[in-house]
Amino acid sequence: MMTWLAMGGYGLYVWGSMGVVLACVVIELIGLRLRSKAITGKR
Amino acid sequence: MKIHWFKYAAPQTFFQLSGKCIPSLMTIAALLFVVGFYVGFILAPTDAQQGDAYRIIYVHVPAAWMSMVIYVVMAGWAGLGWAFNTRLSSMMATALAPTGAMFTFLALWTGALWGKPTWGAWWVWDARLTSELILLFLYIGFMALQASIDDARRADKAGALLALVGVINVPVIYFSVKWWNTLHQGASISLTTAPSMVTVMLLGMLIMTLAFWAYAIAVTLMRVRCIILEREKNTDWVKTYLERQ
Repeated sequence: MMTWLAMGGYGLYVWGSMGVVLACVVIELIGLRLRSKAITGKR
Repeated sequence: MKIHWFKYAAPQTFFQLSGKCIPSLMTIAALLFVVGFYVGFILAPTDAQQGDAYRIIYVHVPAAWMSMVIYVVMAGWAGLGWAFNTRLSSMMATALAPTGAMFTFLALWTGALWGKPTWGAWWVWDARLTSELILLFLYIGFMALQASIDDARRADKAGALLALVGVINVPVIYFSVKWWNTLHQGASISLTTAPSMVTVMLLGMLIMTLAFWAYAIAVTLMRVRCIILEREKNTDWVKTYLERQ
């Protein structure tokens, strides 16, 4: 498991890439949720 | 049977249709992402030259493809809205821009994380990287221009002009690796030649691309629904819809 996570010494680069993708997706979804709530919550 | 081709061009009917599609698209995106991750990170072997650093390809290439595809689709919708005054077309263009910008940012960021271990540099002023950076500026410019104009219809027209002029950058990005001597490698796959990568690696990349497609469509529909509600807030159907919430 640790060997797999280490990615042959490139873990920081590989997991860093996956992490930034997931972070952007989460931020975008939260942003849309808040925007939607702001519209429906106005009334 | 008579088909009403333009039925879903009306924001009201499209709002209802898109609301039904989003849960399925999100589920498909999540499932494809899990399968793509499994194929790319568990089944696919380590690359002989780049070691495991090559696995960044499973997010980098799909993100780069999406950044270009979304721009072309955005410019298409913007142009359609400009030419025919179809409100929903312009709303679709506006809804696509932030997601396109996000994928462009991801292509650049993951590219930097791939560049450092393989090239020894986070960034080089290479034709492919520079033209992709220009794409990010075009997305940001499109959003900033639209945000700076209060009248939505005028903002749509101004944005459409920028989007259509900027579309010339997409073939420049795609062919940059052929037209100039670049540090960036050539196209990962081509329609005219056999793939140069192992089938399982290619499969993982294509599954991840489909996941990104499903996600991009779902998120764009979510955003266009917000835009419809914001722009059509004075219509009876939106007032009724909001009262029910």
